[in-house]
Amino acid sequence: MRIGAPAEIFEGEKRVALTPESAKRLQKLGYDCLVQSGAGEAASFKDEAYAEAGVTVVDTAADLWSQADVIVKVRAPSTEEVEAAPEGKTLISFIWPAQNEELLAALNAKKMTVLAMDMVPRISRAQKMDALSSMANIGGYRAVVEAANNFGRFFTGQVTAAGKVPPAKILVVGAGVAGLAAIGAAQAMGAVVRAFDVRPEVAEQIESMGAEFLFLDFEDTQDGSGTGGYAAPSSPEFREKQLELFRAQAPEVDIVITTALIPGRPAPKLWTEDMVLAMKNGSVIVDLAAERGGNCDLTVPDDKIVTENGVTIIGYTDLPSRMATQSSNLYGTNIAHMMADLTPEKDGKPVVNMEDDVIRGSTVCHEGEITFPPPPPKVKAIAAAKPKEKVKEPTPEEKKAAEIAAFKKQTKSQVTLLVVGAVLLLAVGLVAPASFMQHFIVFVLSVFVGFQVIWGVAHSLHTPLMAVTNAISSIIILGALMQIGSNSTIVIVLAALSVFMAGINIFGGFLVTRRMLAMFQKS
Amino acid sequence: MDYGFSTAAYVVAAVLFILSLGGLSNQEKAKRAVWYGIAGMALAVAATLVGPGSGLWLLSVILIAAGGIIGFFVAKRVQMTEMPQLVAAMHSLVGLAAVFVGYNAHVELGRVMAMDDAARVGLEGFAALLAKKDAVEIAILRVELFLGVFIGAITFTGSVIAYGKLAGKVTSAAKKLPGGHVLNASAAAISVLSLIWYFNSGGLLPLLLMTVMALFIGYHLIMGIGGADMPVVVSMLNSYSGWAAAAIGFSLGNDLLIVVGALVGSSGAILSYIMCKAMNRHFVSVILGGFGGSSGPAMEVEGEMVAIDADGVAAALEEADSIIVVPGYGMAVAQAQQAVSELTRKMRAAGKEFRFAIHPVAGRLPGHMNVLLAEAKVPYDIVLEMDEINEDFPETDVVIIIGANDIVNPAAQDDPNSPIAGMPVLEVWKAKQVFVSKRGQGTGYSGIENPLFFKDNTRMFYGDAKASLDALLAKLG
Repeated sequence: MRIGAPAEIFEGEKRVALTPESAKRLQKLGYDCLVQSGAGEAASFKDEAYAEAGVTVVDTAADLWSQADVIVKVRAPSTEEVEAAPEGKTLISFIWPAQNEELLAALNAKKMTVLAMDMVPRISRAQKMDALSSMANIGGYRAVVEAANNFGRFFTGQVTAAGKVPPAKILVVGAGVAGLAAIGAAQAMGAVVRAFDVRPEVAEQIESMGAEFLFLDFEDTQDGSGTGGYAAPSSPEFREKQLELFRAQAPEVDIVITTALIPGRPAPKLWTEDMVLAMKNGSVIVDLAAERGGNCDLTVPDDKIVTENGVTIIGYTDLPSRMATQSSNLYGTNIAHMMADLTPEKDGKPVVNMEDDVIRGSTVCHEGEITFPPPPPKVKAIAAAKPKEKVKEPTPEEKKAAEIAAFKKQTKSQVTLLVVGAVLLLAVGLVAPASFMQHFIVFVLSVFVGFQVIWGVAHSLHTPLMAVTNAISSIIILGALMQIGSNSTIVIVLAALSVFMAGINIFGGFLVTRRMLAMFQKS
Repeated sequence: MDYGFSTAAYVVAAVLFILSLGGLSNQEKAKRAVWYGIAGMALAVAATLVGPGSGLWLLSVILIAAGGIIGFFVAKRVQMTEMPQLVAAMHSLVGLAAVFVGYNAHVELGRVMAMDDAARVGLEGFAALLAKKDAVEIAILRVELFLGVFIGAITFTGSVIAYGKLAGKVTSAAKKLPGGHVLNASAAAISVLSLIWYFNSGGLLPLLLMTVMALFIGYHLIMGIGGADMPVVVSMLNSYSGWAAAAIGFSLGNDLLIVVGALVGSSGAILSYIMCKAMNRHFVSVILGGFGGSSGPAMEVEGEMVAIDADGVAAALEEADSIIVVPGYGMAVAQAQQAVSELTRKMRAAGKEFRFAIHPVAGRLPGHMNVLLAEAKVPYDIVLEMDEINEDFPETDVVIIIGANDIVNPAAQDDPNSPIAGMPVLEVWKAKQVFVSKRGQGTGYSGIENPLFFKDNTRMFYGDAKASLDALLAKLG
């Protein structure tokens, strides 16, 4: 079968769904690859590079649509594209079926099998084909780059001969993939990053990226984590608290990057006009939710505006496309992974297995039927977002109290042991004769020393430890040597045998230990 | 020479022994520490030879030399994979020697008791020591030597059976005679009765009866313990051989024997404790054999095992930056450590982070895997223990499991009904990709299904570990 990528006709779209590199992966699966001439131009993939990778370069979109069996695209096809398309093809691209019912019907009318990249379920097995995440990652990074471009200062704090520069303070709202990528990029550039998310469980992720999590003190009823790893809408009270928090941050931060989205709804308004007015002159807001109306009241989608008080608000919706090479690479790989799942036999024939959760979820049209929306996946996304017990951070007093309690408990058990041991010893001492007690004291002390010493032995040396204790336990030879001078024959014979056996042990034990230890080498 | 000199020599020897054990805290110090042990032993033997009570000098030296030659060849020839057998075999010698020395003490005691006061004056050495004892001391002496023989006899047969099991000469499955632990218990009861009898009469018969019983207990106890519990068994026998030496030391009135016996005994006890803790099992339940019954139905395992070939593993390794290998007993069985070492060399040459994760009970002897890897020239600083490396799995690209099963079973954490619930395990499933080199689809020693093999990020690399690794090495070029 043949896989083909036409040039994107959507205005300003620079990405391409097939790269020379992803073509190689597809060829391994048994597919032939086609690309429309010039499709990769904007993403810096020349036709020659495709040809070199064994991809057939086709002149027109019409040729490509007729020759290829599987069409891979970035943007959902336009009405004209669908009208021109021959029947019965397989299409893989972003579709947004919930918002594009007409398109879905049109595709279905053409008897197409359509897999929507935006419908890939969020389960760990499908991560490799999750194009939303890979695009969001790029968007987050690019948002920081755009912010830096429009921000008149350094990100990192510096003390130079020409004066002191304070670090830029950045607030990231929404810590999804894009938010985390933005945190990472901003952090790497040296800014002071704070982040907020309605899902308390992402605090850990935020902190792992090096940012500070803005904690919202709110009664536990609100848990913003919806199913499938996405955020859920919040209650009005919670929203109020949230805005209060942002309002306090507004005069302080230099750059705000908002990424808050709730699946299937317009973006929540989180950065209100008064907050924009409270910000310093020269501050920058990058609104990654611009496509869905924006998180900021003043955002103009696809445009950059400067407010009267000098705040730049960036509402670009094509951030991934602005890094076309990188995003085409990742998107192409996502598609190649999708094809790998579709062709389990690696024979170049896609099988749409509707039993498979991932494929079922992404397939929106199949065999003349609209199969959207899919049933809920059998495998729950991300471990069914357990209601996380809030571990209260113990106060210093509590910590101290706990430490003291632990110490007391330890002391108590140790003292009890000591007392019991001492009483037992004394009891033995009452009845046993002095000669026995002398030896007994030696014995008890030796056991004690043994316990102290052996705990320090490295785990990796346990085998040599056994060999060496084995060797020294043949100290029993002393007993035999003391008896061998006896007058009784039987004693001599038994003692001689013991000496002999112990001799084997001494030499064997020490030698083998030495052999083993000599093998341990440092790299 | 007189008593004072040998005592002084014993003190020095005791210090040397303690240093030699303490030196095992790290690999470099250990190389020096073993010389302390050798020096201590040489000093102790020399001091005893010249000290009071010894005789037949020439015979002693010849015997030690003869034993030494045998020991030398055994130590030179032994394969590192055969270490568990060797250790077990050497324990049996110590046990038997303890029995013999105990009997000798009994015979000497009888001889001295039969003498009159005049004859006693002329005695020297051990006999002279016995002659000075009063009635209470003699009673205590009897208990001591009785204990020494008892522990020594258990150590002897127990170690012989452990040797047989480890060397594959006796079936490694847990086997019990009909009657099971009742037999052990009655044998122990008879031994206690013999002790009372012996305490009162001092005759040979109760001692012999007890010895037979103890030999039986040693045999039957170890027969009833399965192969994977051998680390506990071997360290337990190690401990027993020490206690036997200590008991004999009491009866002979020799402080060095007591000191060394106590050191060895506590060392073995600690090792057993560490091993039990690593399996989350109670010492008693290991000794009594078998796994406890599960408290409910085991969790259903979902998914299927997906196989992969050497090409797939090679491709994944080439892409990975960090790799962790988890070896188990299967690596020792397949003698795959050289191939593993070769893989280590190649991966490290390619600049990848390549490390080993060792579970405390991997293999048949505490620290067994470390010794095998060291033999194959894997540097010890990339061989890490469970606590050091468990947190690193989530950041690891590829984990390769070679012949290990229960120690990487996620059921120990997820399934409260699993027989191994609560056992600390290596959390390999948190890595991005896991390859399991395994001969077939069977279960591990504990006989339970391993959900790891069914996970999405796990691929099964079937075949003999050595053959599989060799195939893999060829692909890596």
